[in-house]
Amino acid sequence: MAITNEYIQQKLTEKFGDAVYNFEENYGMLSFETFRENNLKLMQYLHDEPSLGFGFLTDLCGVNYPDNKGRELAVVYHLHNLQENVRIRFKVFTSIEDPDVFTASRLYAAADWMERETYDFYGVNFIGHHNLKRILNVDEMDYFPLRKEYPLEDQTRIDKDDEMFGRG
Amino acid sequence: MNEHHIILPEGSIEKQTTTLNLGPTHPATHGVFQNIMELDGERVVSSEQTVGYIHRAFEKIAERRPLYQITPLTDRLNYCSSPINNMGWHLTCEKLLGVKTPKRVDYLRVIIMELSRIADHLICNSIVGVDAGAFTGFLYVMQYRELIYEIFEEVCGSRLTTNIGRIGGFERNFSNTAFTKLEKFLKEYPVALGELESLLKRNRIFMDRTIGGGPISAERALNYGFTGPNLRAAGVDYDVRVHSPYSSYEDFEFTVPVGKTGDNYDRFLVRSEEMWQSMHIIKQAYQKIQAFKGEEAEVYHANVPEYYLPKKEDVYTKMEALIWHFKIIMGEVDMPKGEVYHSVEGGNGELGFYLISDGGRTPFRLHFRRPCFIYYQAYPEMVKGSMLSDAILTMSSLNLIAGEMDA
Repeated sequence: MAITNEYIQQKLTEKFGDAVYNFEENYGMLSFETFRENNLKLMQYLHDEPSLGFGFLTDLCGVNYPDNKGRELAVVYHLHNLQENVRIRFKVFTSIEDPDVFTASRLYAAADWMERETYDFYGVNFIGHHNLKRILNVDEMDYFPLRKEYPLEDQTRIDKDDEMFGRG
Repeated sequence: MNEHHIILPEGSIEKQTTTLNLGPTHPATHGVFQNIMELDGERVVSSEQTVGYIHRAFEKIAERRPLYQITPLTDRLNYCSSPINNMGWHLTCEKLLGVKTPKRVDYLRVIIMELSRIADHLICNSIVGVDAGAFTGFLYVMQYRELIYEIFEEVCGSRLTTNIGRIGGFERNFSNTAFTKLEKFLKEYPVALGELESLLKRNRIFMDRTIGGGPISAERALNYGFTGPNLRAAGVDYDVRVHSPYSSYEDFEFTVPVGKTGDNYDRFLVRSEEMWQSMHIIKQAYQKIQAFKGEEAEVYHANVPEYYLPKKEDVYTKMEALIWHFKIIMGEVDMPKGEVYHSVEGGNGELGFYLISDGGRTPFRLHFRRPCFIYYQAYPEMVKGSMLSDAILTMSSLNLIAGEMDA
């Protein structure tokens, strides 16, 4: 029998109580939030509990919500139970001043580079990561480019003399 | 220089191993990858990869672009099978916007996606042959990839970075020439694929080079987030087309080939068999398309004027079409709020799109789950202890595409 979203929600609420919240269903996928202290415990439980069996980390990425005071950065995890073919998504929010989240790279080897990518673009500090350095951008970069505070170049600007790229 | 730079350790001159800088541009890497390998004689002791040489910040750029302007970005992910990326993106948009596509559109899409899968696997398998010393196969099958590209050209006008399709369907109906070319391909390609297989599959040299090279167990592969042919070669029958069917894949009969050891030979066999299965799917889809009669046989897009770009001649002659054209191009059609994750079976594995919309004209956040980027992490573990030349073979057999890895 396939496990249902209600069943997952019930199991998680039993185990973690108020630490998992904001359950919703987006286009059929159960998504919820948890406290950032709790992300590893939650993932370990989802991985080990036989009736849940979320043993595959599909995706891990960051999101920046600049208007969310104290919860500016989110790390989004997509987990997949391959036997039952059920996917879930959960988010961990953290403030932009103190963006510490526990690393999942000990549990999933796949998380290693995904976390480095998230660090590279959003500056999320994954505690316990063995090699947390930039991966796609140059090492010398001193900002986190996917944060919303760095807008893309204004397409209508005319002050740039740049013949090689079709301006000026 | 800072602490992140790779600095040769103290006494590296006296040490017994050799440090080899392989890449970032090297004829054997088939892409822009750098590997710093520590070699003991010809054996790999350890290696460290550097990626990001062609990073183009697609996720950032996408935050300013309306949906249609993101399609060309997806072309440049896995450029060996651009149509799959394009359609994956359009399917994601359709999921968010709630667009239902007619069956004929689904089947046409299946034909194009399976053709791209063949093109993708064809390159990968023949390149594995090249790295094992057989250049002939690679040159020989190029003309069959050309047949596939001619079909793409007939359908959308371009060959490599296709920008094919629209939200809800295709920009135009398939012409008779496209179907003729498809028939020609279906007739000629099995012969060539059979020849490629007979060149390599039971070839003593090829088998000796690939069997046992770059193996990975099913457990490690899952832990490393492998998907697609590489995971199936390790013995896990996970295929997005079967698990979460999109574009009416549930209507087709096909088998998912699996390997056992996850080595280079198994990856070769899995890809080879997948090409046969793709042919099988294309034939079924073509039959289903021929079965449509009357008006149904002319359907090539869903009836969603608010998202589907109208024909150019209509834009010039009809008021309605002009208005929609303007609204779509200027990005005045807002998306609904929501978060959607959609994945398709790309050439390399599960290609996922995680789209967060805050209701505006552009995505609030778009993240690509790029299979290459995720499984390239396993490379040091897979080549540890193997010969350098086998490590090269493992790299090409993983089908690493720099464009997809670096996004």
